[in-house]
Amino acid sequence: MTMIGDRQQLAYIASQAADARVNVELETEGMTLNIGPQHPATHGTLRIIARLDGEQVLWAEPSCGYMHRGYEKLTEVRTFPQVTALVNRIDWLGSFANEVPFILAAEQLMEIEAPPRAQWIRTILFELSRIANVSLFLGDLGVQLGAITPVFFAFRDREYVLNLIEGATGGRFHPNFDRIGGLKDDLPAGWIDETRAVMKKMRKFCDEIENLLFGNEIFESRTRGIGVIPRDVALQYGMSGANLRASGVDWDLRRDQSLPMAWDKVDWKVWTHNDGDSYARCWVRLQETRESTYIVERLLDTMPSGPVMTKVPRIIKVPEGEAWISTENPLGEMGYYVVSKGDLGPFRVKIRSASFNNISIVPWLLKGVYVPDIITILASLYFILGDIDR
Amino acid sequence: MNPLSSPAEATPRQDQMREQLLSDVTACLGDALVESHINVGNDLCVRIATDAWATSAAALKASLGFDYFCFLSAIDWMPSPFGKGEEDPTAEREERSTEIKQGLAGGETRMQVFARLVNHRTHVGITMKTDVPDASPVVPSWVSVFAGANWHERETHEMFGISFSGHPDLRNMYLPTDFEGHPLRKDFPLLSRMVKPWPGIVDVEPLPGGGDEDEAEGSAQ
Repeated sequence: MTMIGDRQQLAYIASQAADARVNVELETEGMTLNIGPQHPATHGTLRIIARLDGEQVLWAEPSCGYMHRGYEKLTEVRTFPQVTALVNRIDWLGSFANEVPFILAAEQLMEIEAPPRAQWIRTILFELSRIANVSLFLGDLGVQLGAITPVFFAFRDREYVLNLIEGATGGRFHPNFDRIGGLKDDLPAGWIDETRAVMKKMRKFCDEIENLLFGNEIFESRTRGIGVIPRDVALQYGMSGANLRASGVDWDLRRDQSLPMAWDKVDWKVWTHNDGDSYARCWVRLQETRESTYIVERLLDTMPSGPVMTKVPRIIKVPEGEAWISTENPLGEMGYYVVSKGDLGPFRVKIRSASFNNISIVPWLLKGVYVPDIITILASLYFILGDIDR
Repeated sequence: MNPLSSPAEATPRQDQMREQLLSDVTACLGDALVESHINVGNDLCVRIATDAWATSAAALKASLGFDYFCFLSAIDWMPSPFGKGEEDPTAEREERSTEIKQGLAGGETRMQVFARLVNHRTHVGITMKTDVPDASPVVPSWVSVFAGANWHERETHEMFGISFSGHPDLRNMYLPTDFEGHPLRKDFPLLSRMVKPWPGIVDVEPLPGGGDEDEAEGSAQ
């Protein structure tokens, strides 16, 4: 047995041993970290309270309600056509997509259907709002990891899509363009050619993001294997959209239910990933954005002619009944349970928004992760505050 | 395109797929199933006995594969005593109906909790309702069956004042802790409407010459 006479060496060995035991024997003092409500990673005002042990999260609890506007109560004092102006503001990055399921539910209760051309244009605008929404996610993702460049690309190219939405609807962020029975207007002249050009640009943008981020060593090491959600957990928390598909569940409401929309009229692919980690969620969203550009192009190719509005009464009274319609919105499953009593306005509207379910998994998911990963996990879950609080 | 849509479209007033599902659900739940309604081509709605609310969800999840938790909320079926807040405040108040009339699949109480589950393999969903006893508004919690029900039950608790037995933590989600009242109950007034009348009362102006409004072309909206 060799004697250790050197004091310095002894101290070194002791410190090594202490490091190895640090979480086992030594009581480290915990600390509470408050993230938000004003934090760039929260897409609004979400506050996360995390109890830390060193660098690890013991528990984390999101605190919502900074943006609660009470839409479910407000819908009860509005008429059916007025409600679309409210629901526009739930997920403000993909506003048009919020209007569609509510209008479809009202149409179902009234037993009317929009003309084919209106269905096509609805689907195109729906996909454009998905592209506008998710392209911001792709740029923002870089910022959360410390890369500034992607967000500039995203804001530059997203502008083209917003210009298209503005050209067709008149509103960049809150179109309020969908009507019970069809659409407010037909497309303006030259819009279709412009859209084709922009879709090419957006595919180039997707390639750029893929080259910038998805091969990057830092990006991979910060997202691969981080924040893994197994599929059964994802299902029982009601995760939807790309978050669910990244956990290996092949389920897309655009394909798997029959709605009076045009998705089933063209050929496209549902992207899934089996890993369930942050990387998978980002990757699925990137592929979906690219797929959406193809959907838009193919719909433009097959667009029927005709009116964009069916005959509806001037004063809309929706017959008594209940209807549930949900669609695959940019953030996930967005649905409305509409109860009508045969009145001018709905009796009760339950708004099922995607982010509320997607973020309710956070206390489970953040347990045990390291502090820097909180931000990447939140970014990869992708939520919009208006969509959580409604 | 979609195999699910074909039966409903071929025979509009029948929905064989959901009738089959209903017979499966009836066999699975037994006495717990009180009433059911098929919304043809859209939805299957079942009403569950309050005591069996949580066990029925567990049974549907285990034996019929309803493993995707969509949402949980409640409905207050009492007609609002305040209407839409669009009346002239100086005029005499008109009598409003106070009759409580429940929706699909019936009901016996003022408030009902309702939730939606989906089978992620067949993509077919089911809407479940249960009566909330008027005297003590308590319903068994789903948290042990679907972890995602946690937040939904917290939201329902603060918005409707319905308690969930077995829920770990029914803190408020949105409102301050000392907030009084339950905003989504119909007898909770929308205060902004009480303070200031809604400026959009006249939504549709009458046509010049007094045309038949209900039959006019819809593009005018």
